[in-house]
Amino acid sequence: MFFKFSQVALFYFFVFSKVNSAESGGMPQLNPEFWFSQIFWLIVTFGFMFIVLAKLVLPKISENLETRKAQISDNIENAEKQRLESENKIKEFDNLILQSKNEAKNLFNQTREKILKDVDKKRESLEKEINEEINKAEKDIETLKNNSPEKIRKIAIETSSDLVKQLIGVDVNQSSISAIVEDISKRRN
Amino acid sequence: MASNPMYQFNVYRIGPEIKIGEIDLSFTNASLFMVISSLAVLIIFNLGSKKNSLIPNKIQLLAELSYTFVSKMISDTAGSKAKPYFSFIFSLFMFVLFCNMFGMIPYAFTVTSHIIVTFVLAAFIFVGVTVIGFMKHGFGYLKLFVPSGVPVVLLPLIVVIEVISYLSRPVSLSVRLFANMMAGHTMMKVFGGFVISLGIVGGWLPLGFSVALTGLEILVAFLQAYVFAILTCIYLNDALNLHH
Repeated sequence: MFFKFSQVALFYFFVFSKVNSAESGGMPQLNPEFWFSQIFWLIVTFGFMFIVLAKLVLPKISENLETRKAQISDNIENAEKQRLESENKIKEFDNLILQSKNEAKNLFNQTREKILKDVDKKRESLEKEINEEINKAEKDIETLKNNSPEKIRKIAIETSSDLVKQLIGVDVNQSSISAIVEDISKRRN
Repeated sequence: MASNPMYQFNVYRIGPEIKIGEIDLSFTNASLFMVISSLAVLIIFNLGSKKNSLIPNKIQLLAELSYTFVSKMISDTAGSKAKPYFSFIFSLFMFVLFCNMFGMIPYAFTVTSHIIVTFVLAAFIFVGVTVIGFMKHGFGYLKLFVPSGVPVVLLPLIVVIEVISYLSRPVSLSVRLFANMMAGHTMMKVFGGFVISLGIVGGWLPLGFSVALTGLEILVAFLQAYVFAILTCIYLNDALNLHH
């Protein structure tokens, strides 16, 4: 309040000092010679500027600001949309990869099982064959084993009869020789 | 005469004398700078609004920043109801600002250093605000002079003070701008005169002062335009949103 009052006082001081020193320089502001001219030109220039600004320029600036705002929010919206889309795509892609991985795993497992089965089968058949061979060979050996004493006896009987004939020139009875050979072979066993 | 610090405020006729009746409406140096200022405002803001690119160029940025600056100032002080008066306050701010700033150019004339110019602006604002106040609130606008919560005993005194304060608004508004501009320019002229009169030996100190004062005056030129506009907003706020 005091400030305003002092300003008012200052103003009147200027007015009165102007009145007192009208012709001795003083303040040109208080010389009323061009007051009306200044008022007139102020109204003309300010009025013109105001009308052009208000009717042409400011609406355009406001429109520019609005469109920019709208454009930016549109762009942000679009970006958001595209982000979501790309996220979905990434999910899809991930799913696809997971799926194909599973498929590959399954395929691998299946193949492995199949191969194992085949291998087992082959091995089984081979083992069977081998067993058969072994059995056969064992049988052969068995028969051979079974047959051999008979043959040996026969050979022994023949050889011993030949030996006896050569040594003493007598045909010994076959049956007695065989009895002796039997006796010896039994003793050995 | 030129060394008189008040000489810079002289108004003189440019071109022929124009008289309508007894009234002299001649084109003067003051008129010239009013025309220059308003045209500069128009040119800058026209250029700034011409092209609408998403990323503004410098002049467009300037125009848009000024626009948002003033619009924020108005909505902060006078609320959303003051929107219809945006164009006027924007023009007022720009006109005062450009007149002040053109006045900072050496040998230029400062339009706002003349009391008659600032007084006409302030008086127009005063009348306009008063009319708006009475149109919005009828005689209820007179409640402005009766603050709430004041003891009844003090009321007559307060009302008188409020009325005086209200009536002194145009004077304080106009004198504030005019006195600031005039004082600053006078001071710069005085210090400039010291530079010459003290010569090569002693002139450096006032020269430094002159440089500092130039910076200060540019600040004052902006500040006073801002103050002028924001006080207009405050007065408008009183008229639009009656608080008392």
